[in-house]
Amino acid sequence: MSDESRDAGHADLLDAIESGEGYYLACENGHGSLPPQRICPECGSRELTQEALPEEGEVETFTVIHATTPSFAEDTPYVVAVVGLGPVGLTGQVRGVEPDAVETGASVRPTVVETETTGERTIGFRP
Amino acid sequence: MDVADGGGYMSGVRVAGIGLTHFGQHPERPSRDLFGEAGLAALDDAAIEREDVEALMYGNFMGEISDHQGHMGPLVAEAVGLDVPATRFESACASSATAVREAVMNIRSGEQDVVLVGGAERMTNISTPDATEALALAADDLYEVSAGMTFPGAYALMARAYFEQYGGSREDLAHIAVKNHYNALENEYAQYRREISTEDVLDAPPVAEPLGLYDACPLTDGASAAVLVSEEYAEANGLDASVAITGTGQGGDKIALQDREFLARTPAARKAATEAYDDAGIAAEDVDVVEVHDCFTIAEVMATEALGLYEPGEGIAAAREEETTREGPHPVNLSGGLKAKGHPVGATGTNQIAALTRLLRGDHPHSDAIADSPTAVAHNAGGTAASTAIHVLEEAQS
Repeated sequence: MSDESRDAGHADLLDAIESGEGYYLACENGHGSLPPQRICPECGSRELTQEALPEEGEVETFTVIHATTPSFAEDTPYVVAVVGLGPVGLTGQVRGVEPDAVETGASVRPTVVETETTGERTIGFRP
Repeated sequence: MDVADGGGYMSGVRVAGIGLTHFGQHPERPSRDLFGEAGLAALDDAAIEREDVEALMYGNFMGEISDHQGHMGPLVAEAVGLDVPATRFESACASSATAVREAVMNIRSGEQDVVLVGGAERMTNISTPDATEALALAADDLYEVSAGMTFPGAYALMARAYFEQYGGSREDLAHIAVKNHYNALENEYAQYRREISTEDVLDAPPVAEPLGLYDACPLTDGASAAVLVSEEYAEANGLDASVAITGTGQGGDKIALQDREFLARTPAARKAATEAYDDAGIAAEDVDVVEVHDCFTIAEVMATEALGLYEPGEGIAAAREEETTREGPHPVNLSGGLKAKGHPVGATGTNQIAALTRLLRGDHPHSDAIADSPTAVAHNAGGTAASTAIHVLEEAQS
C-alpha cells in the first residue's frame, strides 16, 4: 500500500494488531478511544497514551451477512461482530468458527484478516 | 441550545403547503426532476408566488453516487424556478429533517418568512449491491465498513443486542412490517400497496441475520417538499395554513456502534425528542400519532421507545399487541412507514412532515383514525441514529 492511500492511525493500528502489539488510546480518566483521535471524546482530555489492547474480548453482538456490497460479494455469508475489549469496542469479521456457532458472550481474540473478495486487510476475531 | 431560549422575537412556523412524488422505482428520473415535481407541487399547494420564496433547504444523501452530482442546492432551485440561496443538507437518512429544522429556526428568528424545504433521492438506477455500498457511506468507513458491515448489518447488530438485553423475537418484528404494509394500502404515493403476512416476513431470505428482506425498507426513488412560512406571512396573505410546527430537536451520538454505551437504544433520538417536546411545551403522554424512521423493523421499536411512548424493552411487542396499529392507542406510521411507503433517503424527513400535515388538516386517507386536534411527531434518523431530528406538529392556535 502506498503512503498516499494509507489512513494514518487506523493502518498503524492494523499493523500493530497484526504483530501482536495492538493498542488503544487511553486518557488519565480511564476512557478508551481509537486512532486517529486527538481528544478523549468522553472527558475532553488531550493527554492520550497508547495502552495495550486486551488479548481477549467478548462478543457483544453479531450478524451473519448474506446481502452485501461489491467489495464483499465473495465473502458471504460472513459474520460481523462488535467485540468489547476493555474500555474500547472493535468491529470485525469472526473467522475460524461456523456462522451458526457464533454466540454473544463468546471470548475471541482480535487479529487482522484479509477479505475474500478484495484481499484488503481488516480487523478480525478468532476463538 | 433550545431555540426557545434564544430570547427576543420568535415567530410561529406554519406548513403552508406540501408536495410529493410517487415513491417507487423511477430509475430514469434524475433527482433534479424528482424534486422539481415535488417542489412545484408544494408551491401550488401553498398557493403562493415563487417570488416570495426566500431560501431553499434541500436534503440529499447519495447524489454523488447515483447522479454523479455534488453542489445540488442551486441545481434543484433551478428545477423549481427559484433564484434564491439554496443549500444542501446531508445527515444521512435524516438529511431533509435537518433541512426542516434549519428552516424552522430561520423563520422563528425572523430572518426569513418563506422557505421551501424538501429532499430527493435517486437510488434504483444503480444496482442493489452498489446502492448498499452507497448507503454504507453513512457508517464509519475505517472501523465499520472496512469489516464488511452494511446498513442492514448495523441494524441487525442492534436487533440481536435488543433481543439479548430485553427479549423479543423475529415474529414481534414481523408484525411491524405487516402493520406498515397494511397502512400503505390507501397511500397513493407509496411504493408497496399490498398486504403481507407475518409468514411472508419470517420466510423471506435473510439479509443480515436476524433481519430478513421483509424487515428492511426498499430502495426507492422519490422526492418530497414543504413550504414553511411565518405565521405573520400566513395571516398577511390569507393562507390556509392550519398546521404549525411547534417543536424541533436534534440529537447526536458517536457514529460507530462499537463506541457507544447502548447497542439497543438510540440516545440521540431521546435527546432530540426531549428538546422537541420542551420546545413545543408537550410531554410524551400528549403525543397522539407519530411517523417514525422504520428503515428496519427493529428501528421502529427503538424509535417508539426513544419518543417515550414505551419504556426501553417494552416497544417490541407493540405492533403484535395491536397498540401501534391504526385502531390502537399509539398509531405509528399511518403512511406505511419507510417499510411500505419507501425510503428515498433524502426525501424521507420532509415526507414525514407532509404525511403528518395531511393527517392534521384532514386530507390523509387515515385522517379519521386519529383524535381531533392531535399532537403529531415526526422522527427521522440518520445512520444508526447518530443524527436524529424530531419535529412536533399541531393545529395552529389562531
